[in-house]
Amino acid sequence: MSDASIQATPEQPKTTSLLVADPHTQKRKTAEKRFQAYGLAGIFAGIFFLIVLLIAILSSGTGAFTQTFINVPVYLDPAKLDKKGNRDINDLKKVSTFGYNPLVQNALFQIVQDAGVETPFEKTKDMKALISASAAAQIRDVVLNNPDLIGETVDFRILASSRVDGYLKGRVHREDLARDKNIDAEHLDIVDALLPSGVVRKSFNLGFITGADASESRAEQAGLGVSMLGSLFMMFVVLVLALPIGVAASIYLEEFAPKNRITDLIEVNISNLAAVPSIVFGILGLAVFIQFMHLPQSAPLVGGLVLTLMTLPTIIISTRASLKSVPPSIRDAALGVGASKMQAVFHHVLPLAAPGILTGTIIGLAQALGETAPLLLIGMVGFIASNAPDGLASGLLDPNSAMPAQIYEWAKRADPAYYERAWGGIIVLLVFLVSMNTIAVLLRRRFERRW
Amino acid sequence: MNDMRILERDVDTKEVKIAAKNVQVYYGDVRIVKPEDVAKAVEDKRLTHAIKNVNVEIEDKTVTAFIGPSGCGKSTFLRCINRMNDTIDVCRVVGDIRIDGEDIYDPQVDPVQLRAKVGMVFQKPNPFPKSIYDNVAYGPRIHGLAKNKAELDDIVEQSLRKGALWEEVKDRLQSPGTGLSGGQQQRLCIARAVATEPEVLLMDEPCSALDPIATAQVEQLIDQLSKNYSVVIVTHSMQQAARVSQKTAFFHLGDLVEYGETGQIFTKPEDPRTESYITGRIG
Repeated sequence: MSDASIQATPEQPKTTSLLVADPHTQKRKTAEKRFQAYGLAGIFAGIFFLIVLLIAILSSGTGAFTQTFINVPVYLDPAKLDKKGNRDINDLKKVSTFGYNPLVQNALFQIVQDAGVETPFEKTKDMKALISASAAAQIRDVVLNNPDLIGETVDFRILASSRVDGYLKGRVHREDLARDKNIDAEHLDIVDALLPSGVVRKSFNLGFITGADASESRAEQAGLGVSMLGSLFMMFVVLVLALPIGVAASIYLEEFAPKNRITDLIEVNISNLAAVPSIVFGILGLAVFIQFMHLPQSAPLVGGLVLTLMTLPTIIISTRASLKSVPPSIRDAALGVGASKMQAVFHHVLPLAAPGILTGTIIGLAQALGETAPLLLIGMVGFIASNAPDGLASGLLDPNSAMPAQIYEWAKRADPAYYERAWGGIIVLLVFLVSMNTIAVLLRRRFERRW
Repeated sequence: MNDMRILERDVDTKEVKIAAKNVQVYYGDVRIVKPEDVAKAVEDKRLTHAIKNVNVEIEDKTVTAFIGPSGCGKSTFLRCINRMNDTIDVCRVVGDIRIDGEDIYDPQVDPVQLRAKVGMVFQKPNPFPKSIYDNVAYGPRIHGLAKNKAELDDIVEQSLRKGALWEEVKDRLQSPGTGLSGGQQQRLCIARAVATEPEVLLMDEPCSALDPIATAQVEQLIDQLSKNYSVVIVTHSMQQAARVSQKTAFFHLGDLVEYGETGQIFTKPEDPRTESYITGRIG
């Protein structure tokens, strides 16, 4: 530019008022407002659906935590339970639950008569529909544990049948009874009559949390306890295997491995593995652990191994991310005073990365805890009615189920009582997941260091 | 110390501590098998020739300053002396660097052992997120310099005294090192570096993150340290080089342009590039 041109065009700067927005600014402002509105709308939609989900789960699932019980004094008739009269345990064991059924039914019939309830039923057998099929077994167990009780009248708190329970919870309606072969309106009359005296009563059901799965016709007895144990055993296997392997692999990849094509390929594939559908890991586990290595089917050990494979990429990715986030100046500082690479990593980098690693591991575990698909393929969706296993080793190798698989199993069953239990199971599972995530957040808060 | 006196400073002839011959540094992710391929790779811009044929002899118990414009390779060369460049995958060092006559790039040399002998202080203060005590005690601990707690306490105290930090922190040795001020952190890093009893102390722009007061403290410290160690300092500040060093090396675009007595470099530079830099025409 020459001096002449500057003089030739003496441009006057345009003066604009700051109080009036020019069209360009106006446009930018609207665009920003629009974007914020989209974001807010998205968040509100998310919150709305979360609330709907919580309401649905709580309203459908809380019922599973209470159960209808009937309090009956049962006369343990020696003539029926111990015909020889010698209280020999082996003789007592010969009397099956069929021998106990009449005793329970008699007791209930007695109560109904004492309460003066008008009922067309004349036989004690007609009371069957009110009582859970598990009641006889419950009484038999007590008697076998304590044979001295025979001949006495003992107060029992027995489970009501699932229809009675459903009636009290509003699941079974009188107008539907015509199509129901399991219970009649007269039975419900008895229930109504016994309610005020507290003989039939709804109360907290510990059995749902500690108990085992039950057959299709005994929904009132089914519990989550055994599958919870299965889940715990699997989480144990996952923690013991995935944490050390994952952390060691990430430390090697991040700190020691040379950066070349092979490590690049490994890195890409670890990220890909994290996105592989879990059912693929399931069929891999079926092929490798069960068909090739002949590990027992349905065992938490195999389930844990499969979930370990599934969790490893998650743990490796999060561990590497937290190792990367440690500033390189810390490594330089350690190397600068003559620490070896391993000392630099283990004395300085790893402790700083630990909160991130722990968080990643817990999130990975939570993911594994909720995983169902791979368990279906290795047979962990079986009907497991046995209770707590005999020990750690057998717990790992005995067939078991897992919480999400149990929920899936219940959701499949026809009886609407199981529907309620499936929702209840979801609540327990969510409580587990939320508490694990809370622990992750707390650990992160507690150990996070600033530099 | 003051700029006016640099001419009068007398320099003893001291023995050579570090001798570098024909040192070349290349950056680039290229596998090189034959030496003759290097020139071609540099020509193709696959390799960057960061240090070109540097020959320098650094004396014992002397402060040597490396000056030069940004990116001239002075820090890269400094990091060659304790093999910190080994931690950078794409960095390749060729040539011969000897400390007390021993080739430090000999395959038998363990860089870990070398770094205990050649301490380093970095540009940004980088204390470990641990207590002040543990920061200083870490080096002696991993090298087994102290037999017991009392000896370790003694080393920590001596090092902190050498770092001119003892009086300020003696009552709070267990508080975190990251809680100190920037200047204190840098002096803590110096104390940490001298705790392993190195023979050479490398300082990579140790004052660039400090204010003038902290800088003055560190410079005073460097002066004291040079009684026992061979100190090599990289600095952007020519005034600082003039204040603290006895010898100065001027780097430009990877070349060691001029090396000599500090007074001579700053008053009668031989190379026109040095003169331009010192007078502020390049850089």
